Amino acid sequence: MADTLQSAERAPLLEVVNLKKYFSVKTGLIRKTDLRAVDDVSFSIARGETLGIVGESGCGKTTLGRTVLRLTEPTSGDIRYEGESIIGRDMKEYRKKMQIVFQDPYASLDPRKTVSDIIGEAMDIQKMYPDKAVRREKILELMRLVGLNAQFYNRFPHEFSGGQRQRIGIARALAVNPGFIVCDEPVSALDVSIQAQIINMLEDLQAETGITYLFIAHDLAVVRHISTRIGVMYLGHMVELTGSRELYERPLHPYTQMLLSAIPVANPDLSAAKKRMKLEGEIPSPLNPPSGCPFRTRCPRASARCREQMPPLTEVEAGHSVACHML
Amino acid sequence: MRVNMLSLQNKVSPEDFAPLGDDCFQEEALDTEEIGYWKASWERLRANRIAMTALVFIVILMFFAFLGPKLSPYTYDQQVRGDEAMWPCFKHPFGTDRLGRDILVRCMIGTRISLIVGMVSAVIVMIVGSIYGAISGLIGGKTDIIMMRVVDIVYSVPEILLIVVIKLIISEPLDALINTVPAFKGLQKVGSGLIAIFIVYGCLYWVGMARIVRGQILQLKNLDFVTAAQALGCSRGRMIREHLLPNCIGQLVATAMLQIPSAIFTEAFLSYLGIGVSAPLASLGSLTSESLNGFSSYPYRLIFPAVLISLIILSFNLFGDGLRDALDPKMKK
Amino acid sequence: MQTIQYIIKRVILALVSLFAIVTMTFFLMNLMPGDPFMSEKASEESRAILIAKYGLDQPVYVQYGRYLKNLAKGDMGTSYVLQKGRDVSQIITESFQTSMKLGIRALILAVIVGIILGCVSGLNKDKLPDSIIRIVTSIGISMPGYVIASILMLVLAVRLGILPVSFNRPGGAVMPIIVLATYPTCYLARLTRASILEVMNQDYLRTERAKGMSELVVVFVHALKNSLIPVITYLGPLTASILTGGFVAESVFNVPGLGRYFVSSISSRDYTMIMGITIFYSALIVFMNLLCDILYKIVDPRIKFD
Repeated sequence: MADTLQSAERAPLLEVVNLKKYFSVKTGLIRKTDLRAVDDVSFSIARGETLGIVGESGCGKTTLGRTVLRLTEPTSGDIRYEGESIIGRDMKEYRKKMQIVFQDPYASLDPRKTVSDIIGEAMDIQKMYPDKAVRREKILELMRLVGLNAQFYNRFPHEFSGGQRQRIGIARALAVNPGFIVCDEPVSALDVSIQAQIINMLEDLQAETGITYLFIAHDLAVVRHISTRIGVMYLGHMVELTGSRELYERPLHPYTQMLLSAIPVANPDLSAAKKRMKLEGEIPSPLNPPSGCPFRTRCPRASARCREQMPPLTEVEAGHSVACHML
Repeated sequence: MRVNMLSLQNKVSPEDFAPLGDDCFQEEALDTEEIGYWKASWERLRANRIAMTALVFIVILMFFAFLGPKLSPYTYDQQVRGDEAMWPCFKHPFGTDRLGRDILVRCMIGTRISLIVGMVSAVIVMIVGSIYGAISGLIGGKTDIIMMRVVDIVYSVPEILLIVVIKLIISEPLDALINTVPAFKGLQKVGSGLIAIFIVYGCLYWVGMARIVRGQILQLKNLDFVTAAQALGCSRGRMIREHLLPNCIGQLVATAMLQIPSAIFTEAFLSYLGIGVSAPLASLGSLTSESLNGFSSYPYRLIFPAVLISLIILSFNLFGDGLRDALDPKMKK
Repeated sequence: MQTIQYIIKRVILALVSLFAIVTMTFFLMNLMPGDPFMSEKASEESRAILIAKYGLDQPVYVQYGRYLKNLAKGDMGTSYVLQKGRDVSQIITESFQTSMKLGIRALILAVIVGIILGCVSGLNKDKLPDSIIRIVTSIGISMPGYVIASILMLVLAVRLGILPVSFNRPGGAVMPIIVLATYPTCYLARLTRASILEVMNQDYLRTERAKGMSELVVVFVHALKNSLIPVITYLGPLTASILTGGFVAESVFNVPGLGRYFVSSISSRDYTMIMGITIFYSALIVFMNLLCDILYKIVDPRIKFD
């Protein structure tokens, strides 16, 4: 609770207001339907904080991350960075402030470029270090920072393991000294042992530079470890948003409760005692979402009201917002 | 052990389960030598003996076609009196035809035409196809759909028929153009026949290339490293120059390379039908068709151009295959 | 549902292609310099009569409209030069029968021999049979049809006298069939080989082997079935290549087929014949491609077309 209050006091670095991203998808010979990847999502992130976003695959969390950076244009809504809206602006200046780390360490590095070119590209685009020697020094410094040996300077991505590639990707994002990084499932393609290394590195970087993260993942354990606050997404909607300890100790939304109960517990005694709530049914198609509350088709507590009305995300306690009629 | 003769099971022996020796791990040691993309491709190509042999042949054929005629005492249209219809001998290694023209020189010129046709059309196809494909792939949306429908239509047209028809139509106006407009005088030597062939290739053969380039661009566009470059503030021009082009150039070159034999094939076919290069210029196709009259008595007139054209196409086919394998190793994962 | 949608889309596309081809050929033929009666030793007056008779003095769009209308009825006009006064469609039907008989035999030969060679090659990768087949097929796809035709003629008919030069004698069809079948056979062999090599590495075959199935079962029951799917796509281009091959083979061996008519109608500027044959061939190829694509889609549901 304490950290939640603290973060609320600080001025938000990033504010997302009623963000929507619809994709037009061909569903018939001529007919088109909107795919609501992100539907009316609002949140804010304080400076130096990490907001975790969790949800099943296809819930729109990756789209959310990319839309926040305007890598895909939002359908509507507003994104404010340091209090100023970035919609309709030339992004070049913001590309220095907001960066992204990708999920797939293989596809996210240009196979034809060397490590130094990959890390240095942003510096070249932003014309940060016209002096070659300075540029080189900066690149080597970044490589040291993310734990890459200096002798890898001229190597190609295919010579590296997944974990090392992810370090390159992080160094690339850090090259412009951004204040904010979207981490789009940065560890889910890695081995578990490597995952911890990368997560710890991200935490160390945050401690050192005060950088702010939007951390997207489907693995609750990972998100819990790194996040200050956590938002839970379901079918493009934010259904619960609160401090990370609060979320694990007192989840309020039935979907969050089900997600948490699905985490296996190592201790068999505890495991037996734990009440399991099974998450039944399939996630509905985002092309044809249920009316009212998106979760009502799988919700044990769903009522008639859930069918008719979409519950808004409301703050039920200080720093704890839930979108559910049944509370 | 009892053996059932009708069994569909594999025969296994205890040796199959013996542990591997320590030496099986040695290959895993990381190769730390630094190699670039082009160097690595060249290494792969050099390791391909068939492709290298084909390359050697191509180089020899080039010398044969471009230097050979200069070294020969005869020209391709020179009719040597008294040497008519000679069998291969020291004076005329490939023999002469009925008019006393040296077949060796005529074959050299024919090879030259084949090589020029092949390479020029490869360049035309590469330029037209990659520009068209890149525009279609990059813009996307409705433009892409319309552009690709056009490709589909051109693709479904039996090209050889249209080539014949177009060739017939444009050669005469082209002839007139070359002979009357001074600016085109320089083309006289090339001949309207060849130019018509190039124009036809430019009109029809680019579709395959356009499809490949578009496919590559679409595939690359969805890869995260392109999004990453976008996130770094990369402009569209820089994106094409620095990321998209270098990543599909291998495929481009390989496809263009494989276009060469097919262009040579078509030219020879047209010349064979008598609608390719205009006489007295010799093409390997027209040489073969000329030799058909009375070839039972002069088989050498058929054999030399026939073997040469097959050799040219074979060399380019094999080299093209090798190049494709070398330039386009499946992206490692 | 998706399949039906796809088929509808493909059929529409095929029709549009055909229409484009008809239009293109028509206007191209109109651009052709000279008229078909130039070579006639007729007076200006009788030439004018001929031109008026065939409607060549009318504006182009009128001629185009009339051509389309007649084409829809299956009427392609009459031959001006080659077989004066005869219906083009009649000539095509007649001569195509000869071409088709040759073509189908060549096609069957190519498919059988090509697939067998490809299987032998693919299953014996890097062994002697594979090397031999790869060399032979590489040479095979590199030899233009006319080279094969001329050499066959020289060796088999003239020197050895095993086969008759004339197409009408018994055994006369053998050489044209070989000429037509060589390229597709070699191409199919290479395609099948590549396809088999790819399929053989798939995990489901590894599973079969791990289950202890003998190589024979793995190959014939599981691998072959799946590796022949890509071969289907080649059947469209295969038809086209046999048709093109027909130009050469029929001219060299003097077969009274459609290919030879096409070649001679070009040299004699027989407009309606060239147009008729081009449109007929195009329709055939477009139809074969359509058939292949649809077949492919039905056989392999994984294929997604966008």
